[in-house]
Amino acid sequence: MTDLAIETHALSRRFGAQAAVAGIDLAVPRGSVFGFLGPNGSGKTTTIRMLLGLIEPTSGESLVLGESMPRGWRSVLPRVGALVEGPAFLPYLSGAANLSRFDAADRDGERRTRRDRVESALARVGLSHAAGKPVKAYSLGMKQRLGLANAMLRPRELLVLDEPTNGLDPQGTREVRNLIRSFAADGTTVFVSSHLLVEVEQLCSHAAVMSAGSIVAQGTLHDLHGPDATTVVVRTPDAEAAQRVLREAGLDPTAVPLDGGDQRITAAIDQSTVDADGLVSALVAAGVRVRGFALDEPTLEDRFVALTGEGFDVVA
Amino acid sequence: MSSPKPALQTPRRLVGLDLLISELAVLFRRRRTIAMLASIALIPILLAVAVALSSAVLEPGQGPPFLDRVTQNGLFVGFTAMVVGIPLFLPLTVGVVAGDTIAGEAAHGTLRYLLVAPAGRIRLLLVKYAGTVAWALAATTTLMLSGAVIGSILFPVGPVTLLSGDVIAVPEALLRTLLVALYVSVSLMGLSAVGLFISTLTDVPVGAMAATVVVPIVSQILDVLPQLAWLHPYLLTHYWLGFADILRNPIERSSFGSNAMLQLAYIVIFGSLAYGRFATKSILS
Repeated sequence: MTDLAIETHALSRRFGAQAAVAGIDLAVPRGSVFGFLGPNGSGKTTTIRMLLGLIEPTSGESLVLGESMPRGWRSVLPRVGALVEGPAFLPYLSGAANLSRFDAADRDGERRTRRDRVESALARVGLSHAAGKPVKAYSLGMKQRLGLANAMLRPRELLVLDEPTNGLDPQGTREVRNLIRSFAADGTTVFVSSHLLVEVEQLCSHAAVMSAGSIVAQGTLHDLHGPDATTVVVRTPDAEAAQRVLREAGLDPTAVPLDGGDQRITAAIDQSTVDADGLVSALVAAGVRVRGFALDEPTLEDRFVALTGEGFDVVA
Repeated sequence: MSSPKPALQTPRRLVGLDLLISELAVLFRRRRTIAMLASIALIPILLAVAVALSSAVLEPGQGPPFLDRVTQNGLFVGFTAMVVGIPLFLPLTVGVVAGDTIAGEAAHGTLRYLLVAPAGRIRLLLVKYAGTVAWALAATTTLMLSGAVIGSILFPVGPVTLLSGDVIAVPEALLRTLLVALYVSVSLMGLSAVGLFISTLTDVPVGAMAATVVVPIVSQILDVLPQLAWLHPYLLTHYWLGFADILRNPIERSSFGSNAMLQLAYIVIFGSLAYGRFATKSILS
């Protein structure tokens, strides 16, 4: 038994001349919450559709829960819950009827327990009150939650969630995050695609970043933050004195004037050689009026933009 | 790291009829389906009321087949309505149901969720086809029964004189009524397969419906061109009016047999095409 829930080797998919996915090697450990990041159009959804057997790869292979897809769909897919590119339901059926229908589509979905499973899935996403309403009367957020309920109709080994918080209000987003955490706590592997970095930062243990059809970075969230590049930030009106102290400590500060006469001084700091705590007392001892002092870790967003480029023109 | 839980290993079923049951329930509870059934039931009602209200007595052979007999025997209303309904209205409804099968799910985005469930592509095609066959049976039976009911209200009902001159009693006539419904249902099965195939080609259900409806119209036009006589036995609609043979004694079986073989050929050809198209289709909707 492999310890990877999803594994791809040189997985590729072309649409005409365009390579939507250009030979990616994904490795999603079992039990992880895996963030699948990338700008719009970078090939995330195409990859997810290949993993779920909805489209065949042009070349390469993918293993899901240890079996080859799409060949192994019959035994793989019942163990996978999925939300693919937004929820979709028959608008004239109720939420509960739509869930029953998808459950009936699965040969392994037991009729005896169907009603209970639908009810508890609806309760888990807070839709019990709307179970009997036709889906066309649902708001976007309610449809999104119904889509999540569909993914959890049965106990799953793997959840593949494509943009699960799309269209949700802040409360809904929090609820979904809590749901994902509870799945992970049960041992379910969660593969969640998103372009919301904050979401991934808060939720995931691992992540991969896609750009223009290729994976540009992959690993634990800690790995992805990149080389340790902490910055010390000092806010003070006494810029020259502060810069002198920092230089004496072996740093290379730069100053930017702020509104109100203060200056913002930044310098890269390697904490293994420079004692950050000592800097504050050195500054104070030199008579520098310290109005702000901080150690900035690079955010995932900085790293993401560094990897995928600025602006909309990322697929060029 | 968690190891897979044994609780997830449920027994694997080979067929799983729940999807078929669900499909039929969704189809026949749908407002559109009910509206189509109601309008089909209206065909014999309009026809019978029009005949009852007009004082003109038709010469035998005038108007659609059987129309001249309606005033003498209400049981002929259904047969006449079938003659009126088979060229356009019934195939239209089959086009709507069959064209919607796959394309409708694709348009709603539910196709990807059915396949991920996983429904299985072949199983989904079979279930969708079974749904259109069920529709054809429901439509033709509704038309014939509605005809029998309105006919018995507006006109005298009695033993039926068949085309062969024999006379059969009322229960036997009702049985033949249902046989006509069956004959026409079989006639529509080839078209259902054509519609299913067209439905796998597009994500736009209205397009699939329209394209499906065009097929029997073209076929009926070709069927009246004497220059194409060699082609006629292979046309989808060639035996559609052959249900009149059920109104002979003994029942003329050859048209039923030829029709069934022809429809089967269409089912095999277009079923294979639908399978070939859908089994490996990229689901991008």
